[in-house]
Amino acid sequence: MSSIAVSTTINGDDVEYLCQADETLLDVLRNRLGLMGSKEGCGTGDCGACSTIMDGRVVCSCLVLGAEAQGRSIETIEGMANGSELHPLQTKFIEHAALQCGICTPGFLMAAKALLDVNPEPTEEEIRFWLAGNLCRCTGYDKIVRAVQAAAAEMRGEAA
Amino acid sequence: MSFDAAYQSQKLKSVGTRPLRPDGVDKVTGRARYGADFNMPGQLVARVLRSPHAHARIVRMDTGAAEALKGVKAVVTAADLPDLTNGDAELFAVLDNCMARTKALYDGHAVAAVAAIDERTAKQALKLIEVEYEILPHVVDVDAAMVADAPILNDELFTGGVDPKPDTPSNVANRAEFGHGDVDAGFAEADFIVERSYKTEQTHQGYIEPHACVASCNPDGTAELWVCTQGHFVFRQNCADLLGLEVSKLRVTSSEIGGGFGGKTHVWAEPVALALSRKAGRPVKLVMSRDEVFRASGPTSATSIDVKIGAKADGKITAAMATLRYSSGPYPGMWAELGAMTSFACYDLENVKTVGFEVIVNRPKVAAYRAPSAPMAAFAVESAIDELAQKLGVNAVELRIKNAAREGTKSSYGPVYGPIGIGPTLEAAQSHPHMSAPLGKNQGRGMACGFWFNFGGQTCSDLNVNADGTVALAVGTVDVGGSRASLSLIAAEELGIDYKDVKAVVADTATLGYNDMTDGSRGTFSSSMATISAARNAIAIMRARAALTWDIPVEDVYWEDGHAKAAGTKYGNLSPLSVRDIAAESGNTGGPIAGHSELVADGAGVSFATHICDVEVDPETGATSIIRYTVIQDAGKAVHPSYVEGQYQGGAAQGIGWALNEEYIYGADGRLQNSGFLDYRIPVCSDLPMIDTQILEIPNPNHPYGVRGVGETSIVPPLAATANAVSNAVGVRMSHIPMSPPRILAALNAERD
Amino acid sequence: MVDVTLWGGLVPLADDQKTLSIEADTIRELLRKLQERYPALSGPIKNEVAVVIDGVIYRNDWSQRIPEGAEVFLMRRLAGG
Repeated sequence: MSSIAVSTTINGDDVEYLCQADETLLDVLRNRLGLMGSKEGCGTGDCGACSTIMDGRVVCSCLVLGAEAQGRSIETIEGMANGSELHPLQTKFIEHAALQCGICTPGFLMAAKALLDVNPEPTEEEIRFWLAGNLCRCTGYDKIVRAVQAAAAEMRGEAA
Repeated sequence: MSFDAAYQSQKLKSVGTRPLRPDGVDKVTGRARYGADFNMPGQLVARVLRSPHAHARIVRMDTGAAEALKGVKAVVTAADLPDLTNGDAELFAVLDNCMARTKALYDGHAVAAVAAIDERTAKQALKLIEVEYEILPHVVDVDAAMVADAPILNDELFTGGVDPKPDTPSNVANRAEFGHGDVDAGFAEADFIVERSYKTEQTHQGYIEPHACVASCNPDGTAELWVCTQGHFVFRQNCADLLGLEVSKLRVTSSEIGGGFGGKTHVWAEPVALALSRKAGRPVKLVMSRDEVFRASGPTSATSIDVKIGAKADGKITAAMATLRYSSGPYPGMWAELGAMTSFACYDLENVKTVGFEVIVNRPKVAAYRAPSAPMAAFAVESAIDELAQKLGVNAVELRIKNAAREGTKSSYGPVYGPIGIGPTLEAAQSHPHMSAPLGKNQGRGMACGFWFNFGGQTCSDLNVNADGTVALAVGTVDVGGSRASLSLIAAEELGIDYKDVKAVVADTATLGYNDMTDGSRGTFSSSMATISAARNAIAIMRARAALTWDIPVEDVYWEDGHAKAAGTKYGNLSPLSVRDIAAESGNTGGPIAGHSELVADGAGVSFATHICDVEVDPETGATSIIRYTVIQDAGKAVHPSYVEGQYQGGAAQGIGWALNEEYIYGADGRLQNSGFLDYRIPVCSDLPMIDTQILEIPNPNHPYGVRGVGETSIVPPLAATANAVSNAVGVRMSHIPMSPPRILAALNAERD
Repeated sequence: MVDVTLWGGLVPLADDQKTLSIEADTIRELLRKLQERYPALSGPIKNEVAVVIDGVIYRNDWSQRIPEGAEVFLMRRLAGG
């Protein structure tokens, strides 16, 4: 089977790769580009552990083909911090103990970032419904929601 | 080791604070490495062929075409995993579950596996393996499996625990009975009796990370295994036993673990990966798909339970009885026995009898799931207690308080209790504002208690004091939910140093002595004990080094606030030496400073919780919303309160999912129909409210800081608390969970008719 | 002398006795004497047993002392999650 050449932007950098026609973006990220922060929890778009942002929209990278990234801009968890400076969401997730095992955390962070990018002041209900595509089995979501609220407040310049 | 584990009341500086976890940055940046995030040079990809039949004899298998496919490097079947179990039935069950030998016993049972250069080739190869099955009649329902003419799974299984010993095989593996007193006499005394049958469906632990490992067998007989597990030392032993490897030559490294909840306590695919690697002579990576996780790994039991409770008009329970049937998959476990032991453990009963039946069925082999077997028993018993309160016209909390077990109560499973925490959790519930908050239309409130045994177990830790005075702590219990933070706090407390100066890691099996796995709520309980012991041993060395430095007898050196101090006025001019001071001189005072500890952490103490739940039920659709939820549980001493709260909230959420939505659905063909997160619905963020927690701290007398395990008990009450809330909301007793919308509508319609 | 109560599954292996009187100061001594008296108990004692002394469950610490008059149970070792 012949490969497809793809030129895309990942975390702001130009990236080129070859992939098979049926290969998912998640597999490309993990297996070809070494970006293993995106996790596979189901492979069917139900758990959100592989959430990435494509042209500003949250997608399950297990449901996007690697070839579809052509000409797009992809953000993954590896690009969330600015060098050694963590994104407020990352900081608040740690401060609020919003992770236990942490396997769902990259997906939650990507989804939450996409939310705050479009809605800097979400209600608890908006947060809960926005994040309903990301499964967490450890926390019961309580501390995740609080971490997102705290990060949103900080990003708005309010005292957390 | 002469380690004194007795509780000592003291003011704690580090323990009880909420510092940032040491693995936090790795986990929010995507750098933490889980089971599937590790690769080796020349690594192959493995895929497993699974039975599509619930029950079938494997008549013939031909792997020739698969082996001939270009890119395939090894194919294994049961023949490559010969039986080395030496009559150990439990280990044989693990082996047969890893790779079916003569019969496939459930839909999803592994029958062969392939290692190939890539996933595409491996999948293609699976299609080329020819298996001829003789399909046998199957049974998946626990009650159906017990009837006289049920299809028999194992011709050599005869019910244990009955007299006389039966002479015909049965799917009932064992009968176990617990209790004391005379229940017939007790029921005769009762003014009111409630009696009802309950059912619970099979659920999965639902960890988000599928099982994953990388196995590498070398030609010299050594092997390495990278794996997500709750117990790498146990996995090492299992794999060595099943493959005939020497334990010392198999090095197992536990990856970060993406959830386990009991489901990663024994091996599934790891022996298969090792067998493939051994045959191919190359490293092999095996990652289960979500479909495989559901079909072939760790579900809990489905159950069918009858409960009968009698009480006097004043609320005193005179007799209690339960008959519990637990499915265990195709191999017997002790799940029904655990259910029978825990059913009435919250209560002080003169006459009690429980009987558990362990039933094998054509479903995946049951694995532990957080306080295994207790939630279903609690669902049945706590529902009956609630019904009894209504019948008596008394408050449900008061009825429980009146009958609660206390110090000196003979437990329903036998022994007499020491100091226990059921009373305080109930009293806290009674006075909690949640209990008296008003309810709206279509809303209902329920509450329930829960009990679980906690464990301790074999534990080993190393604590190394570095030359700059910082501390490297190596523990052998896998960190499933923040224990590295808790154990760093413990080390800091005992040494009198700053939390930031301690770095805890989970050591691999080659670098630390044996540790039992992280189960039974033991991770922080037992490793904290070993850490305290290791720190005390390091302190003894540091005192000796200070004595050498000062040239005074070691007896005159004591340890306080992180410093060695000279005792008495005669040494008045000696300034105390900090850990840093002593460490800096260590090269010239005897070399590296380390404290080691090997111990068995027994005395974990039993655990109790009380939960309160409010729901709103839509009478048109039968859909239930949780509108408020409160968890009250005794932690002994909360080492890192944020992660204790996390355990309470997480257990409650899992229990709510079990109560409302989660269930294995089988077709008439015995095949699992909902092996994905779309159709097997675990709670999502929009399903739940904030979950309030109240941590009680009644010190455990058998731990230096009073710590108790907190991981499991929180999943015990929610099934019943939610069911009681729904029953109170709709006015119909819900006796079958999950209470999915169709089941609630059916109950409502039956009531209307 | 301590009275030891066996769980149901062990009773047939100990001449159908549910409670036994044994002279023992520690769990180790208790288990050794039980096996001497009832060799059929050796299998379960090797890897299936936990010992409860006055309500506290011991799964490993066979050096634990048994106080005079203590309540002692043999319980199956449990699985946990």
